[in-house]
Amino acid sequence: MRLYALCLGLLLAATAQAEVFETTLSNGLKVVVKEDHRAPTVVQQIWYHAGSMDERTGVTGVAHVLEHMMFKGTKTIPAGEFSRRIAAAGGRENAFTSYDYTAYFQQLHKSQLALAMRLEADRMHNLVLSKEEFGKEIKVVMEERRWRTDDEAHALLDERLMATAYQEHPYRNPIIGWMNDLENMTDDDARDWYHTWYVPNNATLVIAGDVKAQEVFALARRYYGKIPAGKLPLRKPYLEPAQRGIKRMVVKAPAELPHLVMAYHAPTLRDVANDWQPYALSVLAGVLDGNDSARLNRVLVREQQIATAIGAGYGNTSRGPTLFSLEATPAPGKSVNELEAALREQLQLIVRDGVSGEELQRVRAQVTAAEVYKLDSVFYQAMQIGQMESIGLSHCDLPVMLQKLQAVTAEQVQQVAREILQDDQLTIAVLDPQQLSDKPKPKPEIQHAH
Amino acid sequence: MRTKSIFLIALLGFVGSVFATPQIQHWQAPSGARVYFVEDHNLPMLDVAVNFPAGSAYDAADKIGVAGLTHGLLDLGTETLSEDDIARRLADVGARLGGNFDNDRSGLSLRTLSSETEREAALAILSEVLQRPAFPQSVLEREKKRLVAGLREAETKPEFLAERAFGRAVFGTHPYGWQTSVSDVEKIQRTELLDFYRAHFSADAAVVALMGDVSRQQAEAIAQRLTAHLPPGGAARGLPPVVPGIAAQEERIAHPASQSHILIGAPGIARNDADYFPLYVGNYILGGGGFVSRLMNEVREKRGMAYSVYSYFMPLQQPGAFQIGLQTKKEQVGEALRVVRETLQSFVRQGVTEKELLAAKQNIIYGFPLRIDSNGKILGYLSLIGFYNLPLTYLDDFTKQVDAVTSKQIHDAFERRIDPKAMVTIIVGAPEKNRE
Repeated sequence: MRLYALCLGLLLAATAQAEVFETTLSNGLKVVVKEDHRAPTVVQQIWYHAGSMDERTGVTGVAHVLEHMMFKGTKTIPAGEFSRRIAAAGGRENAFTSYDYTAYFQQLHKSQLALAMRLEADRMHNLVLSKEEFGKEIKVVMEERRWRTDDEAHALLDERLMATAYQEHPYRNPIIGWMNDLENMTDDDARDWYHTWYVPNNATLVIAGDVKAQEVFALARRYYGKIPAGKLPLRKPYLEPAQRGIKRMVVKAPAELPHLVMAYHAPTLRDVANDWQPYALSVLAGVLDGNDSARLNRVLVREQQIATAIGAGYGNTSRGPTLFSLEATPAPGKSVNELEAALREQLQLIVRDGVSGEELQRVRAQVTAAEVYKLDSVFYQAMQIGQMESIGLSHCDLPVMLQKLQAVTAEQVQQVAREILQDDQLTIAVLDPQQLSDKPKPKPEIQHAH
Repeated sequence: MRTKSIFLIALLGFVGSVFATPQIQHWQAPSGARVYFVEDHNLPMLDVAVNFPAGSAYDAADKIGVAGLTHGLLDLGTETLSEDDIARRLADVGARLGGNFDNDRSGLSLRTLSSETEREAALAILSEVLQRPAFPQSVLEREKKRLVAGLREAETKPEFLAERAFGRAVFGTHPYGWQTSVSDVEKIQRTELLDFYRAHFSADAAVVALMGDVSRQQAEAIAQRLTAHLPPGGAARGLPPVVPGIAAQEERIAHPASQSHILIGAPGIARNDADYFPLYVGNYILGGGGFVSRLMNEVREKRGMAYSVYSYFMPLQQPGAFQIGLQTKKEQVGEALRVVRETLQSFVRQGVTEKELLAAKQNIIYGFPLRIDSNGKILGYLSLIGFYNLPLTYLDDFTKQVDAVTSKQIHDAFERRIDPKAMVTIIVGAPEKNRE
């Protein structure tokens, strides 16, 4: 009987994936182990394949609220005790929620892995979710929303941009949830979420570090193996209807300078071996903004001095659709309109003249070096595996993606710019800065406490 | 008590036998620079950092902001290379040039592949930007404008306003409290950057850290190459002393944000302070230990009043700040302040329990391997050890020093060093009586 599988067909490839092993328990939990023996440490990450995109209207934010509640006690581990035990084992821990998934992690000395697995397995199945703890924690989440979004002008702009760019797809709702939904959320909402999605057949366990795969598989069977599989709801495809014309929007918030975001609907990577556009778009983003010598920074910040800060963004791996985006802050005295025109000119140049072989080679050099540098972080390597598994691709696809990325041609970059960067697919969001009503000056008198 | 001491010995034995620390090699380059090196061939890459005592505290009182702009312009043009040449050549070999700048330190770091072509190209750039920066006038003008724009933007943000007021209130006229203003930046001249560079970026002040895939011989050559042509220096090294005690004061700054940003604190400790470890371990229990600290428990876990609440000591050349921070919705700022102050007071008055102390030691000691499990982290320790002249055995001693801390030492150190009645309190976005 084969205990584990490697990425078939890649055994000869001298890549990092060669030390990745995987198995699937009888309850459906997939376990992926990345061995790395440089330091006596290990990271455990459990990835639930449910994120904010699986929420429904009225309960936005519940995926993230449940993430908070996962630290609030099980049948045998009281609230807060999970964190205390991990801390006492020398561990660091946290969790994160995205549109596509929710993940929990602990980093510890390798001798403490069993403890982390026992605790993580326990809360997969035995969470208590008391009304009292929920009542306190929902307030914490509202404070988090105020801190992250409500009082942060650029975050607010991004939130409203997403709500405008997407009309049907749940990416239109913020991961942290709309405040009104948080105010009306109940412990029952969190409980429903937990019982629907927190089952072994909806999760991937990633363990990376100074461990042996077979020993990890044995531990996984011992701690996670008895948790029963659940029946998962049918997932809807949520295809975003095609946009039919440019959208423009404005957000007013306290700030000094305006900010501009231009976001085009763009394809996501689905067929790793045969798609070409997502790779070409990644290279395009690299040519525009992949390093300090890239076009946007060189031309718009340094030469024309029309922007003080600028960036291009594109993520080609997600469960849902994606955007190719540009964002910039105009230099004082420059208008948002001038900035938009300057950005469009840069895109037009690529559509018209393409990119040079040197620029392409530079992006490839970045990619090659990044593959080496990532080996310095076991945590990041585990992240990459977990993300791939959670969005419906496989960690075995990573080396293929790398090859495809390196094979992108200048013609493909030009073609993808022409095909994807279309006005009809564009949403433009502008931050309209509001002066602080009271200039923030200290009050004249200083009060002495006590 | 007997069982506990046995357990702690066992804890330490575990540390000693399992947690290997990197072998640090140290020498002085012919240039005069002090070099710290860990040879490691596991990954085909090299990390280098070069630091100088040229942080913001080394500004002259009438030329605030010069140190920061000097640092910022190092890699934006040399005698032979334009800023584009620099950026392009680094990108061509996939190298990453980074910087760090704080009150004490001004430094550059480089990560490169260790294969010869890439390594040589990357080191050539680092060598050039460290030793022949040109501070081009046109680049300076542009960067000043960007800095001014950034400052004006920051002045609308509650977290920036809080930190600025906190620094002023805690450090008064000491350079650690100086804040760069728009008018400071606008008057900075190119000659001031050149003068600052020549005075502060000398080889005998430089600390070179190297981590990764080169031999000792190569490391020696690299360190010399990066420092042989540094300017002569001559700046006074020390910083004026920080006055330890301050008067209690509370400053409320209006802001339309939905949350109030609260900072509470006072001057704390220096890097070489005798109380360093009792305060470090004690602060883990007070507000440094993530989800398990007292502040987190009182403010967040019990009352749901904040997402983040923390305390820290910032050990610098001179005593840096002790700071408690949190954000909470405006309506409950009074209640939050009460809880934080009571937590601090009872902590200072009553000290820590043996159970808390044990949990803190377990976390710090068992978690020690996580501090040194990557080249990047080790590079950071090499720079730290070198810059602050810490013993080469710092990493080996760390867990022993933590293990030796007693609850009495913590109580004693906090009582002497932290007076809850003599704290600065900054509240940005305080509720206002006259607001519409």
